[in-house]
Amino acid sequence: MKPFDYQRATDADSAIATVSRDPEARYIGGGTNLVDHMKLGITEPGKLVDITRLPYDSVESLPDGRVRIGATVRNSDLAAEPVIRQRYPVLAQALLSGASGQLRNLATTGGNLLQRTRCSYFQDVTTPCNKREPGSGCSALEGWNRHHAVLGASERCVATHPSDMAVALAALDADVLVAGPDGQRTVPVTELHRLPGDEPEQDTVLRHGELVTAVELPSLPFAVRSRYRKVRDRASYAFALVSVAAAVEVTDGDITDARIAFGGLAHKPWRATAAERALHGAPATEEAFRAAADAELAEAETLRDNEFKVPMTRNTLASVLRELTQQEGS
Amino acid sequence: MTGATRATSQGPERVEGRAKVTGTAPYAFEYPVTDPLYLHPLRAGIARGRIASIDTAAAERVDGVHTVLTHHNADALNPVGDPELAVLQSDGIDFRGQLVGAVVAETPEIAAHAAGLVDIRYERLPHDSEFRDDANIVYTPDADASPMLSPDLERGDVDTALAEATHTVDVTYTTPPEHHNPIEPHAVIATWDDDGLTLHDSNQGSHLVRDLLAPLVGLDKERISVIAPHVGGAFGSKGMPHGHVALTVLAARRTAGRPVKCALSRTQMFELVGYRPPTRQRVRLGADSDGRLTATEHDSLEQTSRFKQYAEQSASASREMYASPNRRVTNRLAALDVPAPTWMRAPGEASGMYALESAVDELAVRSGIDPIDLRLRNEPEVAPVSGLPFSSRNLVACLRQGAERFGWHERDPRPGTRREGDWFVGTGVAAASFPSLLFPGSLATIRHESDGKYRVEIGAADIGTGARTALTQLAAEGLEVPFEAVELRLGSTEQPNAGLAGGSAGTASWGSTVVDAVRAFRAEHGSDPGEGVETTAGAAGNPDLGKYAMNAYGAQFAEVRVHADTGEVRVPRMLGVFAAGRIVNPRTAHSQFLGGMTMGISMALHEHSVVDERFGHVVNHDLAGYHIASNADVGSIEVSWVDEHDPHVNPVGAKGIGEVGIVGTAAAVGNAAHHATGVRVRELPLTPDKFLR
Amino acid sequence: MDSEITLRVDGRRETLSVDTRTTLLDALRERLGVTSPKKGCDHGQCGACTVLLDGRRATSCLTFAVANDDSEVVTAEGLAEEDEPHPVQRALLDNDGFQCGYCTPGQVCSAVGMLDEAKSGWPSYVTEDLDESVELDEDEIRERMSGNLCRCGAYANIVTAIREAAE
Ligand SMILES: Cc1cc2nc3c(=O)[nH]c(=O)nc-3n(C[C@H](O)[C@H](O)[C@H](O)COP(=O)(O)OP(=O)(O)OC[C@H]3O[C@@H](n4cnc5c(N)ncnc54)[C@H](O)[C@@H]3O)c2cc1C
Ligand code: SF4
Ligand code: FES
Ligand code: FES
Repeated sequence: MKPFDYQRATDADSAIATVSRDPEARYIGGGTNLVDHMKLGITEPGKLVDITRLPYDSVESLPDGRVRIGATVRNSDLAAEPVIRQRYPVLAQALLSGASGQLRNLATTGGNLLQRTRCSYFQDVTTPCNKREPGSGCSALEGWNRHHAVLGASERCVATHPSDMAVALAALDADVLVAGPDGQRTVPVTELHRLPGDEPEQDTVLRHGELVTAVELPSLPFAVRSRYRKVRDRASYAFALVSVAAAVEVTDGDITDARIAFGGLAHKPWRATAAERALHGAPATEEAFRAAADAELAEAETLRDNEFKVPMTRNTLASVLRELTQQEGS
Repeated sequence: MTGATRATSQGPERVEGRAKVTGTAPYAFEYPVTDPLYLHPLRAGIARGRIASIDTAAAERVDGVHTVLTHHNADALNPVGDPELAVLQSDGIDFRGQLVGAVVAETPEIAAHAAGLVDIRYERLPHDSEFRDDANIVYTPDADASPMLSPDLERGDVDTALAEATHTVDVTYTTPPEHHNPIEPHAVIATWDDDGLTLHDSNQGSHLVRDLLAPLVGLDKERISVIAPHVGGAFGSKGMPHGHVALTVLAARRTAGRPVKCALSRTQMFELVGYRPPTRQRVRLGADSDGRLTATEHDSLEQTSRFKQYAEQSASASREMYASPNRRVTNRLAALDVPAPTWMRAPGEASGMYALESAVDELAVRSGIDPIDLRLRNEPEVAPVSGLPFSSRNLVACLRQGAERFGWHERDPRPGTRREGDWFVGTGVAAASFPSLLFPGSLATIRHESDGKYRVEIGAADIGTGARTALTQLAAEGLEVPFEAVELRLGSTEQPNAGLAGGSAGTASWGSTVVDAVRAFRAEHGSDPGEGVETTAGAAGNPDLGKYAMNAYGAQFAEVRVHADTGEVRVPRMLGVFAAGRIVNPRTAHSQFLGGMTMGISMALHEHSVVDERFGHVVNHDLAGYHIASNADVGSIEVSWVDEHDPHVNPVGAKGIGEVGIVGTAAAVGNAAHHATGVRVRELPLTPDKFLR
Repeated sequence: MDSEITLRVDGRRETLSVDTRTTLLDALRERLGVTSPKKGCDHGQCGACTVLLDGRRATSCLTFAVANDDSEVVTAEGLAEEDEPHPVQRALLDNDGFQCGYCTPGQVCSAVGMLDEAKSGWPSYVTEDLDESVELDEDEIRERMSGNLCRCGAYANIVTAIREAAE
């Protein structure tokens, strides 16, 4: 790790100005991803601007039914927040499925969204990786790719996004509030992360110096019946092989609305719009659930070690939908 | 579900317990030393070849860098027959991650930063790191390469017996490389000053470290002291000193007496401190209509490294386990450009009994005989190959008592028939055995102190086994004084020589030594000894050695759930019943069995060091990528043991308990997973994808 | 680059100048000689370095010391009274909830923080009903303690100990 300068930000404007001005400067939240990467030599910032004391540490219910989550709210606090547990259980569960209690106490909302892939080759500076070193090649493409993408990948990069929280946010149609040197903008969470294409080094659409200030959840009443299910190689403290975030509305045995997103399958949290369309108006049956999964997974392209992700996703989606629709029926 | 049975009512609390729960017990890297320097190792970025050039100028310019060591400037070391210790002696590279240098600096941050500035260029040679059955890399190890047993064994006519058998099984199991991953990384502080060399080191035997280092660096043994009172787990990986110890000593020679601290990173531990080699094992069993084995064949292929041979013998698990008139056992090695494997908890037995006990389960399914019954029918009268009587063998009692406790007899043997909600449920059983070893040559000193206490000194190691507590007990018992009247010191070369903490032989070997030393003390000084008198003595040889076959046994039972949709595997319940001679301290013994079984669950479900042959390295080289069982992976574990009095095994009557607990666990879990789902997975670990339908 | 910081560690006030690159864990261990928190992986992957940071359990290896200026750190050493271990420590001793002891201080701090979280009604991933108050059964304890790996395999005894301490 090379020496760096550390500043604790006291107001957003000067923090944004500082980072925007200096290509070597970075924001730091809980540090659980950035410090890790600095130790591994993946990134070498010359300056860190600590944003954890900025006034973005609360969860507010807005008058229009939306809920605003400050960017520095810790993952554990967010999961414990009554409004989240009651109205958006999928989000609470996604957060609680991630990392460990002692990491969630540090990790922030903004940092969680912007954490980078856990691809082993990305994390090992002694192996080629296009994301870390553009043009060096992708070691995972023909290497160990059990955890890699089956949807939306490119020849350049087959990494997956590791966040659980982001998958729930994608299903919920959340918005990300961003402040930059030129003012503020809102980015739907489904458009925050990119597909790798020819520029796998770009994880997101954010520009250098842009600060995530909050995430906003739409009111979405039927999300009270929502669920996050994570399948992994260990019962806890492990990243997803596959995960499903889902919320459904059932009227008289038919599905009238659904929100579905997959984790572990792509370079971004994967909003399953094809599956949602297939479910719309369909009866809440096993066949319909599986047909919805197949609609989404039709384009899946598997690699040496991750063929299992297709059936695993299909089964997990069916399992979650079964549970949610049964819950509705009872 | 309930937790482990509380076996803690008996046996004293760990002597060092308070210090451990508060974190004040010092481990190697934590010794307060004055003005230390920090060493950051440099590792090879290729799997085979040589260093063409190594440019250290940029690193040396960094403020606070004391020295950059490479093969150009390192001192010569004497050859001691262990290539791992010959660090920086040439430009050659034998495996990826090999130590090729070190940066020594004022702080760990500076050392790490400067290490990144060293520019190493290589001349590559083609390497081969792919474990496979290929005549180009496979060979038969010499009989003397494995001091215990010759690699091959043939009795009777296996082929004819197989051809004539009523029931046969011919199956191949594979196990992956596994890394020990003690939670305390390998660490050492080396101080080389006018008094000689002092090492605060994390190891399983300080005397062994000293005895290997002395010739390596050309110092008299008396001038080296090695100190390791607390060791944060080892499991075999701290048995022999590895390259980082030699590297740190080389550095300490140049710092004018300033201590040099080195702790390996988790990733370096996947390169430098050994691992359990992967195996490919074919097991063929033939049985008559009653399920009596007529033929047993076990052929194992395991990995070794080209630069240093390690000859594990997993197939030897089938030598003495069951009666079988015809038997063939072969052990082969595949030599590759990889780091050297080493002993890992129950080396050979863990992998070998996984294959054998899974195959026996397959035979049970095929023959329609209950798996416990099948094992009972094949119980040998005497040790099958040697013909020696068993000093004691209570496998039958373990299986019977276990079946009773576990509720085995309610089991419907048909696989894939029990379902609770989304989960398929099944149960499985496997047997375990592990040889009872005794390492000779240990000495203990018993001293009567002025405060009336007895000081017992022995250079043993407590790597978490509870040795300190058990030896205190044995000394107090022999001296006929209260537990509190004995102060035991271990873990250092300041104490009399003692063998390694390995082979589960600690309590037996050191315990026998303490027991005999106490006897010698009483014989010399009587029951009312004067102040300050002392006796140093070792254990008399065991006259029964070679007259009996000596093993600990166990029966492992598992309940397994497999999720019908996702394939996730859970182990909500396990029971282990063991027969291991005298249990000196039930509290710590219980923990040893529990720990072995837990590691066995981990082996069954998770552990797999994934090798990328293109680079020759383990890709998932950290604890997020290499999974060991977490708390949530372990359900209720019940541990018990049968009363066993074994007058032959050693003066203490105790068999090893540290390793038998892992043996058979993975087979029991795999057998239960098959019972749950009808799917037989023959490739560890049992990850969810293997059960997807 | 060095920076002056103040920490309260186990009740003591410590002012020190640290390299910005120094993690909280290394500041404690290498600078202040407080070696109760352990280093097992240095990457947030084992939990051995868990301390109570301003009252909450946290991995100390993934946070820089400078970012924790003015913080309160309590380690397993600080949890014990002069002659009396903390109830969680007492229960671990009673149940032999450790072997090599290296993961143990982290387990202790994690358990203490976890019990507090449960008391505040925080759910976990295995909590069935997120609206209900939490009942700390064994599955809950296992899930909540999964951020602390124990290679010696003392989990079953750790869970029993924590149940006892929770009572
Ligand atoms: C062992 C381990 C296991 C884990 N398991 C999981 C898991 O199962 N599931 C899961 O989802 N996650 C998991 N994580 C990841 C963890 O959730 C993330 O590390 C964490 O959420 C990141 O948050 P942070 O605040 O610490 O981010 P930081 O490390 O502080 O920052 C991460 C990145 O975001 C940038 N950044 C931070 N805040 C802002 C902001 N407000 N605006 C703009 N940029 C910002 C930083 O510059 C940096 O690039 C695991 C982590 C570890 C170490
Ligand atoms: S998958 Fe992406 S992150 Fe991984 S090695 Fe390839 S380019 Fe790098
Ligand atoms: S040392 Fe911090 S989590 Fe392992
Ligand atoms: S007691 Fe050794 S790692 Fe937990």
